Amino acid sequence: MKLFLARNPNTQIIDSLRKDNDTGRPWTLMEKIFLGLTPKQYMAQAMSNPLNWVFAAILLVGIPFIIARFIFGLSWAVGDPYDNAWGLFLGFGLFGMVPLSSSGFQLGSAVEVFGRHDFEPIERLGILNGILGYFFAVIFLMCDLGQPWRLIYPMFVSWGPEAVLFLVAWHVATYLSVQAAETSTAFFEWMGWPAGRTFVKKMALGLAVAGIILSTLHQGALGALSTYAPGKIHPLWYSSSFQWLYFFVSSLPGGLCMVIVVSTIAVKTMDWRCDATFKNSLSKLQVSLAKGASMGLITYLVIRLIGVAHDNKWAYLTTGWGGWWLFEIGFGVILSLVLLTAGIRNNSVTLVRLGAWTTIIGVVLNRLNVYMITFNWQNGHVHIPPFREIMIVITVYSIYIMTYRAILYRWPILFKWKTRYSEYAVLEPKPAAVTAPEAAGSK
Amino acid sequence: MIERRDFLKGCLACGVTAATVSVAGGKAMAAGSFEGYPDAMGVLVDLTRCVGCRSCEAACNAEQKLPEPDLPFDDTSVFKDKRRTTEKAYTVVNEYKVADKETLYRKMQCNHCTEPACLSSCFVNAYTKTKEGAVIYNAKVCVGCRNCMIACPFNIPAYSYSSPLNPLVQKCIFCYDTRLKDGKPPACVDICPQQVMTFGRRADLIKLGHDRIQANPGKYVDKLYGEKAVGGTSWMYLSSVDFDKVGFDGHIQNEPIISNVKDFLGFVPMVLSIWPALFTGVHLLATKNKDGHHDHEEGDHQ
Ligand code: SF4
Ligand code: SF4
Ligand code: SF4
Repeated sequence: MKLFLARNPNTQIIDSLRKDNDTGRPWTLMEKIFLGLTPKQYMAQAMSNPLNWVFAAILLVGIPFIIARFIFGLSWAVGDPYDNAWGLFLGFGLFGMVPLSSSGFQLGSAVEVFGRHDFEPIERLGILNGILGYFFAVIFLMCDLGQPWRLIYPMFVSWGPEAVLFLVAWHVATYLSVQAAETSTAFFEWMGWPAGRTFVKKMALGLAVAGIILSTLHQGALGALSTYAPGKIHPLWYSSSFQWLYFFVSSLPGGLCMVIVVSTIAVKTMDWRCDATFKNSLSKLQVSLAKGASMGLITYLVIRLIGVAHDNKWAYLTTGWGGWWLFEIGFGVILSLVLLTAGIRNNSVTLVRLGAWTTIIGVVLNRLNVYMITFNWQNGHVHIPPFREIMIVITVYSIYIMTYRAILYRWPILFKWKTRYSEYAVLEPKPAAVTAPEAAGSK
Repeated sequence: MIERRDFLKGCLACGVTAATVSVAGGKAMAAGSFEGYPDAMGVLVDLTRCVGCRSCEAACNAEQKLPEPDLPFDDTSVFKDKRRTTEKAYTVVNEYKVADKETLYRKMQCNHCTEPACLSSCFVNAYTKTKEGAVIYNAKVCVGCRNCMIACPFNIPAYSYSSPLNPLVQKCIFCYDTRLKDGKPPACVDICPQQVMTFGRRADLIKLGHDRIQANPGKYVDKLYGEKAVGGTSWMYLSSVDFDKVGFDGHIQNEPIISNVKDFLGFVPMVLSIWPALFTGVHLLATKNKDGHHDHEEGDHQ
């Protein structure tokens, strides 16, 4: 797209409901989907982007792999891992993606609950990052479940309410709807449906508080899940009293840093889509996010150390696993902290971005360590996932990136919709009928 | 107060969850103090008597209608590796060369815990601990998350990964439907030529085990494995060497696995009741002196 715009500087990319700078006729849905280009132009720009060829190659191999997994059964993709029942689909896809998606509740609550309206330019990105992460975590889960068509059983067929996973299932389902409502404002603006947007806007505070509650609980629950397997996870990664805290606290910097990383990628690769407010405030916002993240990280470091001290596990540090633990903490937490604080102090957004990368790598590495790498450490070998499993993960993750990109291209996330809100009515078929009960309801 | 009403509206969704999850907290609390059914049956396994003939494996295979094994049941070459239970074998016998040319064999299968980790981790409640002591599984509701395999401290449940349409957890069920239900001993116990296993009321077996240790000074280590482990198991073991040397986890916790998650589950109702008020309060404080900022209509200030 960047290249295409450089070659065709007069192209009009859709950023409002109507043609000719919001004065002409309304854009049709098709035009909105193609961003105002002709389908031919759109294809041309897509083909000129080498990344799309990489994605095409991945999908070409990966999609048949996903289909084969369902036709031939789970063992076709993952083998028969009896001892390490949870592989990459959950280890990376669920346990790794969910903490990086905590941005939705954090930015939502910063703006709506704590009144930090300076975060507004990046709030929608945070929320979108949240919902996409959760949504794809569920996709990964579907790949992993033996009988995914029974996914609704814990809700409607058979309850196991004393299980932590029961709580996770309910919370993730509820939280997905909360986030869908939060994201829908951007969607409604794009579609030109003001009534829906007004309705959701009024629930913003309630949704944000629901987000805090649900997130505290299920981020922690993902950690609590591992306390079912006390003897199997290496003691350095295990603490029956602190596990849920480790997971919850580390999800905070994880989510914030993911927003730093994504917004950096966005501004570098789709500059044309970011409006001036976003671009001008980005450095400042990233530094503010980094402040939040570093507070989370320092807390996390302290409780991880307390955890080791509490059960007096220092002796393990001299073993091979101890070295690996020191690497996880040294790289993912301490180095991240140094980079982030140096970035904040020197106002260097480059350092902040680097620190954000090491933070998210550290968080994902921690989840992999708990559920895969150190799992059954006493067996003396690390379970290596087979190629097909890895390929499916790469494929689903690529689809995630493509979906992410497609939405950022279109919905008003990185930019503000030019059409003034009060003028939406012009486009509504029956504006009075739709908005009247709403207006009455809010008085 | 527009915000308050909207807030309530928005919280409706989480109210539903609140209700279900408080139930969860309460139930988990109750579960931790479960003492076990008084007439639960069990099996006492005496490792010193086992000769590794694998008849029990064969009997189980027939009783549970499991597929043909790769190698016949009298083939001792299987002892080269330490095997575990699989979808095709609910019980396996492993060989342990312990000191002084002494060889011990250990049969393994589901231990039918009093407070099973598999049961408490399952989010659709697929497992049931019957009053006879068996831990059985309901294939009709299992979603295939495999949390039970993660949770079982003995690594017992296996999964038929290769079935595309109906993969299921596969594990020993104490021959519940064919025998235990009618008070009969399981197939593997019945067939054993060495009387390695004694079937009886769990409470009686505990006594029997300790009596046997007392009556034969020096023969056994003074521990009945399974009496206390993870809240007690229906299958219990006597051994002449440290249990760690024959494939048991000698340092296993005595509390049931569910006690590990109880702290967290207990914390859930607290969050559900305190957080909403707390954060609404914070919101009111945080936005007190900012005039009407929360009705921001971004689209309008162009
Ligand atoms: S041994 Fe494992 S599978 Fe058997 S009842 Fe106990 S926890 Fe469940
Ligand atoms: S795999 Fe089946 S039985 Fe095991 S925890 Fe999941 S739903 Fe329950
Ligand atoms: S009790 Fe029955 S199912 Fe279990 S190992 Fe023995 S024969 Fe097999």
